[in-house]
Amino acid sequence: MDIISLTAIELKEKLKNREISAREIATAYLDRIKDKEPEINAFITVTEEEALKAADRVDEKIRNGEDLGLLAGIPIAVKDNISTKGIRTTCGSKMLENYIPPFEATVVEKIKEEDGIIVGKTNMDEFALGSSTETSYFGTTKNPHDTERVPGGSSGGSAAAVAAKEAPLSLGTDTGGSIRQPAAFCGVVGIKPTYGLISRYGVVPMANSLDQVGPFGRNVKDAALLLQAIAGHDERDSTSMDINIPDYINSLTGDVKGMKAAIPKEYLELEIDSNIKDSLLNAVNVLKDIGVEIEEVSLPNIKYALPDYYIISTSELSTNMSRYDGIRYGHRAESFVDIDDLIIKSRSEAFGREVKRRIMLGTYSLSKGHADEYYKKALKVRTLIKNDFDKAFTKYHIILGPTTPKLPFKIGEITDPVTMYKSDLFTVAVNLAGICALSMPCGSANGLPVGIQIMGDRFKEINILKAAYALEMSLGGEM
Amino acid sequence: MVSKEVVKHMAQLCKLEFSDEELDNFTEEFSKIVEYVAQLTEIDTEGVEPTYNISQKIQPLREDVIRESLSREEVLKNAPEEQYGYFKLPSVIE
Repeated sequence: MDIISLTAIELKEKLKNREISAREIATAYLDRIKDKEPEINAFITVTEEEALKAADRVDEKIRNGEDLGLLAGIPIAVKDNISTKGIRTTCGSKMLENYIPPFEATVVEKIKEEDGIIVGKTNMDEFALGSSTETSYFGTTKNPHDTERVPGGSSGGSAAAVAAKEAPLSLGTDTGGSIRQPAAFCGVVGIKPTYGLISRYGVVPMANSLDQVGPFGRNVKDAALLLQAIAGHDERDSTSMDINIPDYINSLTGDVKGMKAAIPKEYLELEIDSNIKDSLLNAVNVLKDIGVEIEEVSLPNIKYALPDYYIISTSELSTNMSRYDGIRYGHRAESFVDIDDLIIKSRSEAFGREVKRRIMLGTYSLSKGHADEYYKKALKVRTLIKNDFDKAFTKYHIILGPTTPKLPFKIGEITDPVTMYKSDLFTVAVNLAGICALSMPCGSANGLPVGIQIMGDRFKEINILKAAYALEMSLGGEM
Repeated sequence: MVSKEVVKHMAQLCKLEFSDEELDNFTEEFSKIVEYVAQLTEIDTEGVEPTYNISQKIQPLREDVIRESLSREEVLKNAPEEQYGYFKLPSVIE
């Protein structure tokens, strides 16, 4: 049996029917990781021992006839900014090279409660600041479709691990596109849930009002399965909402007749690769054919989303990063003259260039004399962007657009920061408005995957999943 | 255009230090970034309320129950230096 080619849902079924054991599944994936890692570098840490132990516990449950969790026996890779108790969590930074969390993130707790098997911690841009994983202290992850190219970022390791079949499922975080953009670059499905659907407890914060955890899978149903397992209120994160979580998987019938979709005309006016535009318009036609009503809509303020995002996210980030002082945890400089010098040297030695750049920008936006001009202004523009989406969702179930303006670029190709920031052109507005969105493959160009972005109103994941599943079926299933 | 002096001042506020060469480089990059984000200042936001957070509803409160927290040992486990059960620092007061 070709274990690694089975979907997560198939693995679970075969496990339940005793056609395969959890240890066999874990071993197959750990072998695959050993095979692929020299080429891909998707992982910072592989947790072989813990994975096998967890698999054995699932097998024991099966032998004892106990009930199995939603993720029973499924190997899952976790981005390295999500705290795992007793397992190194680096955020891709020298600052946390040796940091071992004394507590578990709620999402990890939930995976374990649902009998999922954590196989390792994935590579990422340092502190999730980047769109290519090139800023990681642990080396760049390679795109499995072309190892000369980046996998996207910041959750590049999680996307590449799923694309290279090193894990059927993985977790990433998305503050401005960090799940959707790598999903598009690696040809997998990535979901950025509504702000407040998933607990952020134990997730190392980048920008607290924008961050969300979300799943990657090779197909829509697999990704929805992991979403189901991690969604829900957590009293340790007061921004997580206490709402009823629908049964995502059983709602995916492929029937989308009568669904209303919008395409923002401003998105088509922005600079975009013609291959991506073609694939997108093709997918739009496919959705039309299966009964989705599609209209063009205007979201006039969406074109300001990128600069708006960079002011708000770096402002929140600069505050968050002040916790790294070389005193309680993290890197400490070896030589210093006094306490100030200790803090300055520790930070300057351990933070990479992009981290420093964004701390500086955030501090600038919040500083005396600039706070009204930049930060306050950005928060008001955020209201305008949010209002545009709110208005559109009174009429439409979903909004369609590209995920990225360009195909995966070559490692080292983009050196100018602003050009790199533009990778997130189509994704950041979703985080500012706090709505949900996913990216899924909708074609390919020059052998590289192309992603389509499907956006939905707050807590209406069900709508984007239904549309994505129907589109995936019409395009011939998992790509 | 952001001046080198402003960048130096920012670095001080951020507890970061740069070599002279890095500083020149950084000033140039930083100016480009600030120039890019400054396009926001053109937008009319008269009478618009700021959005700090999407879920602006009143946050739910939980009961204040006494619970087990991390042990001192666990808290200090990641400290670069510790002594007598405390984080150790260079002297702060002469």
